[in-house]
Amino acid sequence: MSHKATIPIGPYHPLQEEPEFYKLVVEGERVVDVDVRIGYNHRGIEKISEGKSFDQAIFAVERICGICSGSHPIACVQAIEEIAKVEIPERALFIRSIIQELERLHSHMLWLGLAGHFLGYNTIFMWGWKYREPICDIMETVTGNRQNYGIMKVGGVRRDIEKEHVPYILSRLDEFTKQLDMLKGAILDDPVLHARLKGVGILTKEKAIDYAALGPTARASGVDIDARRDYPYAAYPRVKWNVITQKEGDVFAKTVVRILEMYESVNIIRQCLDKMPQGPIDAKVKDVPPGEGIGQIEAPRGECFHYIKSDGTNSPMRHKIRAPTFMNFATFRETVIGETVSDATIILAAIDPCYCCTERMVVVNSKDRELYKGPDLIKLSQEKTRLIKEKMQRL
Amino acid sequence: MNIFGYLGLLLIFPGFLFTAFMGLMVGWVDRKVTARIQYRVGPPWYQNFFDIAKLFFIKETLIPAGVSRALFLGMPALGLAGATLVSTMVLVINASPKTGFIGDLIVIAYLLLIPPIAVMLGGFVSENSLASLGASREMKLMMSYELPFILAMTVPIIKCGYSIKLGEMISAQYVNGPVFASASGVIAFFVMMLCIQAKLGFVPFDMPEAETEIMAGPYIEYSGKALGIFKLQKAMLGFIIPVFMITLFFGGIKDDFSGFMKNIAEFAGILVIMIVIKNTNPRVRIDQAMGFFWKPVTAAAVIAVALAYFGK
Repeated sequence: MSHKATIPIGPYHPLQEEPEFYKLVVEGERVVDVDVRIGYNHRGIEKISEGKSFDQAIFAVERICGICSGSHPIACVQAIEEIAKVEIPERALFIRSIIQELERLHSHMLWLGLAGHFLGYNTIFMWGWKYREPICDIMETVTGNRQNYGIMKVGGVRRDIEKEHVPYILSRLDEFTKQLDMLKGAILDDPVLHARLKGVGILTKEKAIDYAALGPTARASGVDIDARRDYPYAAYPRVKWNVITQKEGDVFAKTVVRILEMYESVNIIRQCLDKMPQGPIDAKVKDVPPGEGIGQIEAPRGECFHYIKSDGTNSPMRHKIRAPTFMNFATFRETVIGETVSDATIILAAIDPCYCCTERMVVVNSKDRELYKGPDLIKLSQEKTRLIKEKMQRL
Repeated sequence: MNIFGYLGLLLIFPGFLFTAFMGLMVGWVDRKVTARIQYRVGPPWYQNFFDIAKLFFIKETLIPAGVSRALFLGMPALGLAGATLVSTMVLVINASPKTGFIGDLIVIAYLLLIPPIAVMLGGFVSENSLASLGASREMKLMMSYELPFILAMTVPIIKCGYSIKLGEMISAQYVNGPVFASASGVIAFFVMMLCIQAKLGFVPFDMPEAETEIMAGPYIEYSGKALGIFKLQKAMLGFIIPVFMITLFFGGIKDDFSGFMKNIAEFAGILVIMIVIKNTNPRVRIDQAMGFFWKPVTAAAVIAVALAYFGK
């Protein structure tokens, strides 16, 4: 006889930093089914962006996510630049790459800390977030902000990296690398962590391709994709670096990919600072002609995609955003089912889900007939309030 | 001694009030040291008292609809009663080894089981899927650590001339030196160290209440005074179990100054081991914990017992 029970993870749960809902159907400790519900935090950024001018839209998309607040603007400006067909100054490209890699460093470090927290390893949580500080300090020096950098601009970047800041950046990077070495040893050589993470939540290469997984999630399953190399942008073609892949596809492999990627990022930043030419940082774009453009960039969680359609006015006619988590979270069905509840939580966290990037709603098109008009919605709401009141009175 | 005398022993010193105070202080040391390890400042010493006072005097005690009120509220009381009895027995026998009775060690071993059973039953009666999951984990964990715990306790029994009276064990160690001074004693001590880590619900064996998985498990429906009593019971065990270990392995609490200083050092040592294990490990899975306790830890305990039998 089997006895099924439902374990809710969310909408508000200590595991998640944002509201989302996983319904785990379990038999004892084993998960037999999983259902994911998102949309608790939908803000309609695409629609907001369509009401803004091209310059303002970049600030709007910057606020999609606090962690990827460098990735979305880069993708957005690349889409606009494709429409406007502008040549970006070399120096601006290098600065964009530096910002992106700094963001990847702090994002991966943040994930590492959170993963520790989800495993009850709070020391890693606190250390990881402490060691993220040098990166936030560099960001503050370079852009003026620790988060939401506000540095991307159609045609270039808003702020230059001053010459006197370069030694400071390098010294803070050295500090970061030392701490990363220590953390790497503490995580990758810990037998208890091996026992918890190895062979858990395996996503095979075939399934990773089937689900179109992106970023570290796919690379940990042996899928060799990276938008930085596959769709060259910014200064990535001008520096030497490696795409990190692992074969296993389990949570441990995802951790390894992220830790090794941090070393590559440090490497890229050093090369960029070294090779960065002098010159202007802004192409001074005047207007955006009608047309379509896409921006594909490798955000810390995977490929981030922006599509912008312009009708020649000063605001986007259509702005479509696809954040990497949207592709990655479908893999839960493959990885979580069959595991225990204890493992389910770390598997859910292992794709580094970012729901504020992913939130969207569905418009049901019932043959161009409007399902609800404004007054109908008000009526529905009043009806529900009445029902709740009745129920309260009965109690 | 009249009835008020016994009540005083049980409720004020060295029973409930004293142990609760010491337990909350131990909890503070744990929080402070953990904070320093993690580059945080940590709370002031009275933080745990405020936390408990908040639960007792400010927060409402909610009872979920449809659960048995008596069982739901009875479980915290049962757990607290168990913890109070253990602390009174251990400390009174330490103060005057002549008191106690033959087999009091076995009674203490049983009483130490009551708090986890109370938590487990509290989880089962609260009719919440997360609480039942936590309670079932608590049950599995209890079954896995109890065997090596008892085996480790056998070593001091053998070493102290097959006595199961705590007072006699203290006297025997006073004459022959502490159990910890022998090879079997050291092994048994570390086996017990791991067992109490699980008994106290510290990482890596905190899966019954794993916050990021099942949101405090058995405690999820508890609030206000009932939760406060559970917390108090846990804090009391955090003080009395190390004292019990000192009694078994180091010959109990001494009455002279240098001996008492040694006791404090032993207590601090046990606490430091617990905190270090807690802060350098992730939470393990329940099946891994069971495998760990039943295979290597039980084997080590059996070896310790065999060594003790042959006088090592």
